[in-house]
Amino acid sequence: MKARSWTIVSLLVLGALLAACAAPAPPAEEAPPPPVAAARFQTILDRGKIICGCNAELPGFGYLNPAGEFEGFDVDFCKAIAAAVFGDANAVEYRPVTAPERLPALQTGEIDVLIRNTTWTLTRDTANEVDWAAVTFYDGQGMMAPEATGWKTFEDMEGATVCSTTGTTTEMNLADAFRSRGLDYTPLLFEKTQDTATAYEEGRCDAQTSDKSQLAALRSAMEHPEDHVILDVTMSKEPLGPLTAHGDDKWNDVVRWVVWGMVQAEESGVSSVSLDDMLESDDPTVRRLLGVEGEMGTSLGIPNDWMVQVIRAVGNYGEVYVRWLGPAGLNIPRGPNELWTNGGLIYAMAVR
Amino acid sequence: MSAIAVARQRTLRVLRDERFLRALGQAVFAIAVVLFVAWCLSNYRDRGLTFTFRFLREEASFDLAEGMAFSPVDPYWKAFIVGLLNTIKVAFFGIIMATILGTVTGVARLSRNWLISNIAGVYIEIIRNTPVLVQLFFLYFAVILKFPSLEDRIVLPGPIFISIRGINLTWPRPTESFAYWLPFLIGAVIVAVGIYAWRVLLERRTRRPVSRLPWTFIALAVPLLGWFLVPGNPLYPDRPAVEGLKVVGGTSLSPEFAAILFGLVIYTAAFIAEVVRAGIMAVPRGQTEAARAQGFTEMQILQLVILPQALRIIIPPLISQYLNLTKNSSLAIAIAFLDLYAVSSTMLNQSGRVVEVFLMIMAAYLSMSLTISVLMNYVNRRLAPVER
Repeated sequence: MKARSWTIVSLLVLGALLAACAAPAPPAEEAPPPPVAAARFQTILDRGKIICGCNAELPGFGYLNPAGEFEGFDVDFCKAIAAAVFGDANAVEYRPVTAPERLPALQTGEIDVLIRNTTWTLTRDTANEVDWAAVTFYDGQGMMAPEATGWKTFEDMEGATVCSTTGTTTEMNLADAFRSRGLDYTPLLFEKTQDTATAYEEGRCDAQTSDKSQLAALRSAMEHPEDHVILDVTMSKEPLGPLTAHGDDKWNDVVRWVVWGMVQAEESGVSSVSLDDMLESDDPTVRRLLGVEGEMGTSLGIPNDWMVQVIRAVGNYGEVYVRWLGPAGLNIPRGPNELWTNGGLIYAMAVR
Repeated sequence: MSAIAVARQRTLRVLRDERFLRALGQAVFAIAVVLFVAWCLSNYRDRGLTFTFRFLREEASFDLAEGMAFSPVDPYWKAFIVGLLNTIKVAFFGIIMATILGTVTGVARLSRNWLISNIAGVYIEIIRNTPVLVQLFFLYFAVILKFPSLEDRIVLPGPIFISIRGINLTWPRPTESFAYWLPFLIGAVIVAVGIYAWRVLLERRTRRPVSRLPWTFIALAVPLLGWFLVPGNPLYPDRPAVEGLKVVGGTSLSPEFAAILFGLVIYTAAFIAEVVRAGIMAVPRGQTEAARAQGFTEMQILQLVILPQALRIIIPPLISQYLNLTKNSSLAIAIAFLDLYAVSSTMLNQSGRVVEVFLMIMAAYLSMSLTISVLMNYVNRRLAPVER
């Protein structure tokens, strides 16, 4: 009897110990502050190429294709920045990073810019000492359902079983969406995204919820992608965009103006097709953007024909969107990612 | 001999003294443990972490669709209870079913019928030698998720619906007159106990074996009589029906619960079968032969001679199989069943209270395991042979 009670006591002690040690790993604050930040832009210019942290596993955004090349929406922005700075879209070294290692990789100077479907949040912006440059994609939690259901809104989904992956804010947003409308539903939570998708495809649930970009990527891997639609409902804010380490403002300026330049190009009708005609344009905005007049590029510290190189390499914002996320790609309706002039949120600061 | 040499000799003697070495070893270990705890605590403090269970009273704001009714406005502690009850449900039914299946398989393995013995052998070897997680995935994704959709459901008389959304059965539910019928149910239990006691007394008086259990079924007449005496029907059949996207009415067995329950039963039963086989084989062959010589049937030999003796050998390893089944139920998270671990990991993610939630998980599993151990050790002691 005595031996057993000792076993129990020692088990409890061991349990408490393990629990205490399960405290999260030390944050990166113990690492020395990145000394490279201030001189990052000069380092990049000296190196002759940019090091771009990206995703290797998200088709449509950042993906290592069977030919061994990185491709996708996010990857095109890496190319655009390289084209603007060096006049060569191939002056990029891609570094695939996972979700937990992406911010430390940027802080420690392992990568120059991170373009990997990273949501802009206050906590990350402050706690990790990084700076977002711009928003390239307004994502949000969405809902995917078979097209045959004909669903448009949450109200159509009364009584539905919804599959989701556990351990994220997804399930809370889901609960809020249905509760606030007084609707009945059944959640079914899986541990892994792939299992969630399988269960949905097998018909265990009527719908699946996740970020819209993720849903689109999962759909593209399905047997019959055309049978499934992503409903036009949004349950959360997930603005994605490129970010640089805190402190190197000049470099951050280059990244953000390349993005905004591509947006302005779409707004002004400058595309890879119309580029040569547009170089003759009388529109002062277009002339400034393409470096025909003014010193926009030079003031950023890069060649004055920066946007000409960008448009030639990847096209304007709309072209990049259509290439990867349009009907031929992941087929995500532009929705909030439409230009502000068309009722969307994509808006460039004034290029002047 | 110089003074230095003497001192050195003395030191050596102390260093080689077993008692000293033991004490030293324990001291070093104790210091290491204390340092380790201090290190963990200081890490904990350095991270600015606080230790509090106050979050348990906060609103959980997520939904749980399995087991006890739960809504997003309920507090965290209630979510924990939902998960705990779901785990207990799996463990309870799992242990009962695995014991039955395991015993049958173990006996079948020893059968003199070639086919029966080999079927049992193949089952045991395949199941014991593949990982349980793989089996669960197979059962859930490759078997259960291949069932027809709710629209094309299989309808058995009852009605019973079988589809990818689970099994829905007709279930008796009490009506208003159930209250009048309840005394008859209690009466039936009392009558049954009375009959049993009477049969036991009769056996003692006549010193001849009499059947007892079958007689207690006479007690069933009481609630049957009551059924006609009370106004209206005390129970009505609640039939399942499809309404929109879901089934309403009746009672249901979710595909996830079915997968974790059957998966664990099939897995654990293979181990229990081996335990049972070993137990039976440990009973000396002479016992069987003696019983056979006295004209016992094979069934009687098993029931009256072998199993009572084998049980003593079987129970201790059986306890660890029960504990395994209970702990393996934490794999349920992989197939979306909301067991204790699945609910807790959601709690942990939403509240950020890693240490507190893990302590709760460990305490819950530990108390379940200890409860099973205590109960089974009690059974074991009751079955210990009366030494003569």
